[in-house]
Amino acid sequence: MATTRALDAKPAPKPDQPADAARQVPRRRPRAWRWADIGEFAGSAASALLLTWLIFDRLLPFRIQGVAFVVGWYVLTLPVYWLVVRDGHGPVAAKDRLATVLIASGAALALSPIFLVVGYVTVRGLAVVDFGFLTETMELTGPLSEATDGGLLHSLVGTLEQLGIATLIAVPLGVLTAVYLSEIAGPLARPTRLVADAMTALPSIVAGLFIYSLVVIRTGWGFSGFAGSLALTILMLPTVTIAAEQVLRVVPGSLREAALALGSPYWRSVLLVVLPTARAGLATAVILGMARVVGETAPVLLTVGGTNILNTNPFSDYQDNIPLFVFNQIRSSKQTFVDRAWGGALLLLILVLVLFVLARLAGGAGPGGRSRRRKGTAK
Amino acid sequence: MTETTAEVTAVEEFAPVVEPAGGTLRGVGVSAWFGARKVLENVDIDMRAGVVTALIGPSGCGKSTFLRILNRMHELVPIATLAGSVLLDGDDIYGTALPITEIRRRIGMVFQKPNPFPAMTIGDNVLAGLKLTGRKVPNREQLIEESLRRAGLWNEVRNRLGAPAGGLSGGQQQRLCIARSLAVRPDVLLMDEPCSALDPTSTRRIEETILELKDQLTIVIVTHNMQQAQRVSQHCAFFLAAEDEPGRVVEQGDTDFIFGSPKDPRTADYVNGRFG
Repeated sequence: MATTRALDAKPAPKPDQPADAARQVPRRRPRAWRWADIGEFAGSAASALLLTWLIFDRLLPFRIQGVAFVVGWYVLTLPVYWLVVRDGHGPVAAKDRLATVLIASGAALALSPIFLVVGYVTVRGLAVVDFGFLTETMELTGPLSEATDGGLLHSLVGTLEQLGIATLIAVPLGVLTAVYLSEIAGPLARPTRLVADAMTALPSIVAGLFIYSLVVIRTGWGFSGFAGSLALTILMLPTVTIAAEQVLRVVPGSLREAALALGSPYWRSVLLVVLPTARAGLATAVILGMARVVGETAPVLLTVGGTNILNTNPFSDYQDNIPLFVFNQIRSSKQTFVDRAWGGALLLLILVLVLFVLARLAGGAGPGGRSRRRKGTAK
Repeated sequence: MTETTAEVTAVEEFAPVVEPAGGTLRGVGVSAWFGARKVLENVDIDMRAGVVTALIGPSGCGKSTFLRILNRMHELVPIATLAGSVLLDGDDIYGTALPITEIRRRIGMVFQKPNPFPAMTIGDNVLAGLKLTGRKVPNREQLIEESLRRAGLWNEVRNRLGAPAGGLSGGQQQRLCIARSLAVRPDVLLMDEPCSALDPTSTRRIEETILELKDQLTIVIVTHNMQQAQRVSQHCAFFLAAEDEPGRVVEQGDTDFIFGSPKDPRTADYVNGRFG
């Protein structure tokens, strides 16, 4: 039989036959939930619901509503379900199912805040976000304007510029520090790593205060987008350093040895072998650092000033950015301003989402993602 | 008196009609430590040009350590120290006469596990050594082809030099690593169990490659495979370490002699597969 199939592998009608065979034989999924299982759970939940209603509405001398009712329902479901399954499948299966339900509800509970936050911001924000929201500023928007008037172009420009400058400063410094920590591992590596670890927990307002007193006040530069970038750099640097170091540590030592065995000086082996091998992970590290600081409010509150007017020059005069926009708008007593704040929050969420998607893409690209290089070398 | 005659014969042997290319490597009284633990004691081996030298012995007897001492890879382990000297054409590689990068360029190494650079294409991998030593590549296509031909890989990859090196099979990757080592034109090639991770067909290809390269450079190979040592080498050194003792060279000499009529009973036991 096997030989016949091997010999007849070429002819056209043959490939259909295995497909037919597959269609006739139903595939068995031993782990799948059957309707009976779902029925057991649904029945347990329904009986627990009625039991809860009976207890709270008929037996107790007082009425309990809302959250307590749901909690009571959940707590009663567990023993009812356990009894039902034990009756049908035995005590071992009952314990297994009960554990499954507990773990699944734990995961659902942990996930729910995320969905609630994202969902609520999306609903509130979509009411004001339109094209004009991205292309207008608040310069001519007063208390009597509609919620859909005005926009956060000035804040968006500020955020992008400040984030860009912070990235330009923090990434080379962070990657070089990571190279020192993982490749050179000199005598200062331990204290450096300790400080970098501690700095990830640095309260962001402290970074803001530091730049405020040093750059904004002491040098007399005043508020500017650049001062905000410096404050963001302080927060971004340890994140990038630690993430990059972890990525460099994963590069196999055999590659370093191979480079050295070819007669390479150490710095060239790092530059031409270690860093390119880790570049997908390094891109992830950079984007994680950016996502860490893009939503920071405290440091920019003390350094960029905040304004309603578009200022594209980050090096002088007040700038704005999106977290600051949200902060300023939400404090207003006018509903239209509060609505715009939610629009700003939604935009910030989208920005962070884009950064994380980019990080995942860069991290997943791996060594295969080099179509650009391939074009350059395939002659 | 007897020593002098032995030396004379050695010199006579060493002067064939056509001088084989490659460098002569001599380990003189080499001992090695990892921290306080001595792993190698007083090893003297001559690795002559045009001869494949095989280092055999059971695991943990210091063969690989000795090999790594030969191109100064030993010192990459922070706690590693050594005694004795290694002479490349008469110059001590642990002296100050030669810079370390030049030593490692002249004494190439192929590792146990194939380790092509995953972030580079096949062609770039071959040229990696030149790029890493900061030298210009006057004629890259020609050098790529020549190195891959010498490593016996050219026909398999000639149409996909721009493909990532990770896509090759294990045996092809190992031959790519050999090509990468050959591209910097070393005088000596050290091979640390180059076939232990490969299937028999790939092993055969690499052994063919070794035999073809034999007259072009000095080759030192560590192997656990007795048949392989017999097939590819002309000189053979048997390492052995007793329990809690450093590894020593029990016996060395012509491969035929070591495998045919060794003087030491331990050598005979080992090459006939009675232990280790």
